[in-house]
Amino acid sequence: MNNPQLDTDGHLRHLLSIEGLPKKILNQILDTAESFAGVTEREIKKVPLLRGKTVCNLFFENSTRTRTTFEIAAKRLSADVISLNVGTSSQSKGETILDTVDNLIAMHADMFVVRHAQSGAAHLIAKHVPPHIHVINAGDGRHSHPTQGLLDVFTIRKYKPDLHNLRIAIVGDVLHSRVARSEIHALTTLGVPEVRVIAPKTLLPAQVEKMGVHVYHDMNEGLKDVDVVMMLRLQNERMSGAMLPSAQEYFKTYGLTQEKLALAKPDAIVMHPGPMNRGVEIDSSVADGKQSVILPQVTYGIAIRMAVMAILAGGGVQ
Amino acid sequence: MTANNKHLDSSELPNAEVLLSLLAQKLKPLLRQNTALVGIHSGGVWLMQKLLALLENDIVTHGIEHGTLDVAFYRDDYALRGLKAKNRPSQISFDVENKHIILIDDVFYTGRTTRAAMNELFDYGRPASITLVALVNRGGRELPIAPQIVAADILLNASQHLQLTQLADGSLALELTPQNNSARPQEHE
Repeated sequence: MNNPQLDTDGHLRHLLSIEGLPKKILNQILDTAESFAGVTEREIKKVPLLRGKTVCNLFFENSTRTRTTFEIAAKRLSADVISLNVGTSSQSKGETILDTVDNLIAMHADMFVVRHAQSGAAHLIAKHVPPHIHVINAGDGRHSHPTQGLLDVFTIRKYKPDLHNLRIAIVGDVLHSRVARSEIHALTTLGVPEVRVIAPKTLLPAQVEKMGVHVYHDMNEGLKDVDVVMMLRLQNERMSGAMLPSAQEYFKTYGLTQEKLALAKPDAIVMHPGPMNRGVEIDSSVADGKQSVILPQVTYGIAIRMAVMAILAGGGVQ
Repeated sequence: MTANNKHLDSSELPNAEVLLSLLAQKLKPLLRQNTALVGIHSGGVWLMQKLLALLENDIVTHGIEHGTLDVAFYRDDYALRGLKAKNRPSQISFDVENKHIILIDDVFYTGRTTRAAMNELFDYGRPASITLVALVNRGGRELPIAPQIVAADILLNASQHLQLTQLADGSLALELTPQNNSARPQEHE
């Protein structure tokens, strides 16, 4: 099947989803990010790779962390960055996505970073653009958020280098989470032997087992002896439906507290993609605790995004 | 210029370990209080480690500051070739400001690696000076950059690729391979 993310030589052309990417490419991105991580510690936190290139952040949906880290990453690569909050621009006047993109191409954009509430938006743009332009999916609907999945694996690798020997639990609203989907694909592709999802039935997609995960509905069972706990954001807007009783009730059953964390391995790390709902899916004492690597995740996100942009703009890894 | 350069066989190459001790002898007078060694991956890093061992035995110092550079993010051919599969983080853990840097590469060729390395070094700080040291100068420079200290000049034509390798016992050896443009290694230029 034709994979729009790869060119005919198998080099990365766009980053749209983790699904469909071979292990080799995931490892290339992670290894390259390793080198970029050091750039941040220098007197001059910049390398000249994308000098003269223009990166357009096209955010059709709100985001602070992702947009900011993409912007910083592009700037550390010496690119010119334009961040468009499309909700407040021409889109609201009725322009289509592809018209917006064409206009930016006419302004000589070289790369698009796209966030959209509709699944498949980044694919649509990738199919539309000429060959020299690259597209990165920064989150589309419930579908995919590949750089988040990659930065999560990068963070895990930093603390637990032997991925082949890990037990990892993903906890919370898997159903609505593009982050969870990307994490699961990344972890299973890279050979993590046991990936668990812990959630009430109403927050799990149908046939989630087919993604290669073990399903738990009980935190006490699911967290037992895990090396990594990856919490997901409970999207407040889902509360209105019949999916959940209340935030308090959810916290009681699925919120991560020190007590529940004690069931995991003593050196387990706690992750969260942000933004956190303290007291809903995670207790403040855990979020700010010794085992939390939530802020390092943000820092590593810059290195991962630098690596993806540098690999794309250079025509893949040779 | 390269037309006069020779086509050599690997067996005609000098012993790298002998060249290394020669290089150490030449380097010794340059070391002063504020000197730091920086090796360029991969060959330059092997050389730097060996030079450190040789020089620290000879000279009573409190250890010479040192670091490594992978110039992948500063190369001028990134737009043509992209990134390599294996790049290693640069590690400069000392303060570059006002240091006398001895920059070490294995084979000096076009000068483009040196340019990239100097650009990268300046992103760490403003050194007092940079001295370029190479095990071999193979001729063919394309920029107004030349090594100040070399152990040997072996002028080669462009069809040959000269590189330093590390053998299983840890010793270093020079090796000639045919130049293949499509898969041309990005080092030693």
